[in-house]
Amino acid sequence: MSTASEPALYGLMAEFKEPAALVEAARQAREAGYHRLDGYSPFPIEELAEALGLHHSRLPLLVLGGGIAGAVGGYGLQYWASVIEYPLNVGGRPYHSWPAFIPPTFETTILVAALTAVLGMLALNGLPEPYHPVFNVPSFALASKDHFFLCIEAADPRFDPEETRRFLEGLEGVASVSEVEP
Amino acid sequence: MSDGPHTEPAGRGTEAAPGAQPLVEPGHTFGSVTDKISSIVLQRRTPKGWWLGFAISFLLLQLLILAVANLLFRGIGVWGPNVPVGWGFDILNFVWWIGIGHAGTLISAILLLLRQQWRTSINRFAEAMTLFAVACAAFYPVFHTGRPWLAAYWLFPYPNTMGLWPQFRSPIIWDVFAVSTYAAVSALFWFVGLIPDLATLRDRAKSLPWKVLYGILAMGWRGSARHWHNYETAYLLLAALATPLVVSVHTVVSFDFAVGIVPGWHATVFPPYFVAGAIYAGFAMVLTLAIPLRRFYGLEDFITMRHLENMAKVMLATGLIVGYGYMVEAFMAWYSGNEYERYMIVNRMTGQYWYMYAALIFCNVIAINTLWVKNLRTNVPYLFVTSLVVSVGMWLERYVIIVTSLHRDFLPSSWGMYQGTAYDWAAFVGTLGLFLTLMFLFVRFLPAISIFEMRTILPGADVGEDAAPGAASPAGASPGAAP
Repeated sequence: MSTASEPALYGLMAEFKEPAALVEAARQAREAGYHRLDGYSPFPIEELAEALGLHHSRLPLLVLGGGIAGAVGGYGLQYWASVIEYPLNVGGRPYHSWPAFIPPTFETTILVAALTAVLGMLALNGLPEPYHPVFNVPSFALASKDHFFLCIEAADPRFDPEETRRFLEGLEGVASVSEVEP
Repeated sequence: MSDGPHTEPAGRGTEAAPGAQPLVEPGHTFGSVTDKISSIVLQRRTPKGWWLGFAISFLLLQLLILAVANLLFRGIGVWGPNVPVGWGFDILNFVWWIGIGHAGTLISAILLLLRQQWRTSINRFAEAMTLFAVACAAFYPVFHTGRPWLAAYWLFPYPNTMGLWPQFRSPIIWDVFAVSTYAAVSALFWFVGLIPDLATLRDRAKSLPWKVLYGILAMGWRGSARHWHNYETAYLLLAALATPLVVSVHTVVSFDFAVGIVPGWHATVFPPYFVAGAIYAGFAMVLTLAIPLRRFYGLEDFITMRHLENMAKVMLATGLIVGYGYMVEAFMAWYSGNEYERYMIVNRMTGQYWYMYAALIFCNVIAINTLWVKNLRTNVPYLFVTSLVVSVGMWLERYVIIVTSLHRDFLPSSWGMYQGTAYDWAAFVGTLGLFLTLMFLFVRFLPAISIFEMRTILPGADVGEDAAPGAASPAGASPGAAP
C-alpha cells in the first residue's frame, strides 16, 4: 500500500542493553544530523533528554495557568455566592469575609493546578494513544523492562534505509537493528 | 562505572553516605527488579495466605454494609452522639483515617522533593494506603448526615432548586474542599506513578484479558524520552502541589475544633500538632502494612532494614511533636488562667475518662520513646507491635480531645457521658474491613512497589560523564556485587 510520498517504513530501531550506550548513540545520531529520532527507556534518563536536545517542557506554564484559574474561580465562586447571589447575614459578619474564603481558595488552586499537571502531561505526550508503530518491533516489549531503544524515523530528511542502518549498526553497544513497520 | 573507584551504593543523584546500608540489596538488575515485583501481580495462582487475609477483610466489610443499611433505615439515632457530646465516633474515626493517609503523601511528595531516595520502595503502597484511608474517612462525613442524598447542597456549591449556597465561613465547608481536593490529588498522583508500571505489566502479562486491561490503563505508554521528559516535570509539579496540600488538609481538620470556643479545642497549637500527629499515625500504618508485606512476598531485598529504621525515626520525631502538643495543652490551660480551661485539663487527667488519657500517654509518650534504642527499632516484631500501639494511641488521642472536652460543658446541668454504640463500633470495624479489602486487592492486581523508580536507584542506571558505553559489561551490574 506504499506510495512514493508515503514511506513503507516508520523508521529504524536500534536496541541497546545499557542506558549509557543509548545516551551516547542519541548524541552521535544528533551529531550525524538526524533530528526526527526518539529514545525509549524503562526509566527516565535525564542525559538522554539532553542528548536528544529536548527543550524545557511547557507543562510548568500550563500548571501556573491552571493554578491561577483555580484561585480566581474558587474565590470568585465564594464572593459571588456570598455577596451577590444570596447575601446572608451570619452573626453580623461582613458578606465579603475574605479571610474565611482563603482556605477553600487554596484548595481549588491546588486542585485545578494538579488536574492541569496530569491532563497537560497526557495531552503534551499525546496519550492515550491506542496504536504506535514502535510496538511492531517484537523485542520492544523489553523497553518496559531492561532494554533501551533508539528509533530514527523515516520522516527525517537525512533518512536512508541503507545508510541509516549502517550508521546504527556501527554504534557502540548496539544489540540489534530492526525495521519498524508503520 | 563498575570498575571505577566509586563506592556509592545507589544510582544517579544519590547522596548516600559511604557505609550506609544499601537501598536495594546488591546483585539486582533492571530485569530482576522487574521480574520480582511484577511476578507478585502476574502469578497465576493466588497464594492461600492472600485468600485467607482477603476473606477476613471482606467479612469485616460486610459489617460496614450492615452498619450503613441500619443507619439509613433507622437514622443517626443508632449512633451514640447526643447532648452534650454531639460529636462522637463519626468525627473521631474521620480524623483518625484522614491522618493515616498523610504519611502516603509525605512519602511520595515531601520526601521526593527532599531527594530522600529511600522513599522509592515504599511510596507506591503508601500512596495506595492514603487513597484507601481517605475513602474510609470520607465515609463518616457523608453518612453522619443521615441522608447523604439530601445533604449535598450545603456541602458542595452547585446551583440547587432552593437557590442556597454553602456557608463558606465555616471550617466544616473548608474541610469539604480540603478533603475532596486531597482525595482527588492523591488519586492523580497515584495513577500517574502507576502509568509506566502498567506498561510493564501490559508487556509482560501472559493472558490476553489482562494484557488488554493493563494496556488500556497504560494508555499506550512507550517509555519515549519525550514522554519521560514531560512525565518527570508533571511528577515533580504534583509533588510540589501535594506538599502544601497535605499540610493544609490536617490544618483544616484541626480548624474544625480550634475555631470552636470549646475548652480543650480552642488552641492555636492545634494545626501543627494535628499535622505532626497525622504523619505519626500514618507512618505507623505504613509500618503495620510494610512489615507483613515484605515478609509474605519476600521483598526484604527492596524494603530493607534501612527503610524500616528510617520510618521508625520519622515516627519517633513526629511522636515527640505530638507529646509536645500534650504538654502545651496542659501548660496553656494553666497559663491562661481560664477556669474552664483548667478544669478541662484536670478533668481529662483525673475525671471519668482518666483511663483513656492514661492509655494515651502510655501509647504516644512512653511506648514511642523506646524507639530511641537502636536494638528495639531494628527489631522487626517489636517495631510492628509499636506501630499498632501508635495507631491505638492516635485513636485514643482523638477520643480524649473530642469526648472529654464535650462531656463537661460550661453548665454543670448539661454534663453527661458518652459511649459508642454497637453500631458505632460496627461502622468503625467495617471501615477497617473496607481498608484491608482494598489493600488486598491492590497488592494482588497492581505492583505494590514502583518498578520504574526502583530501576532508577540501581547502580546500573547511572549515566554519568565517565559512564562510557560498554564500560559496564553485564546489564546493570552492581558495584556492590563486585569483589
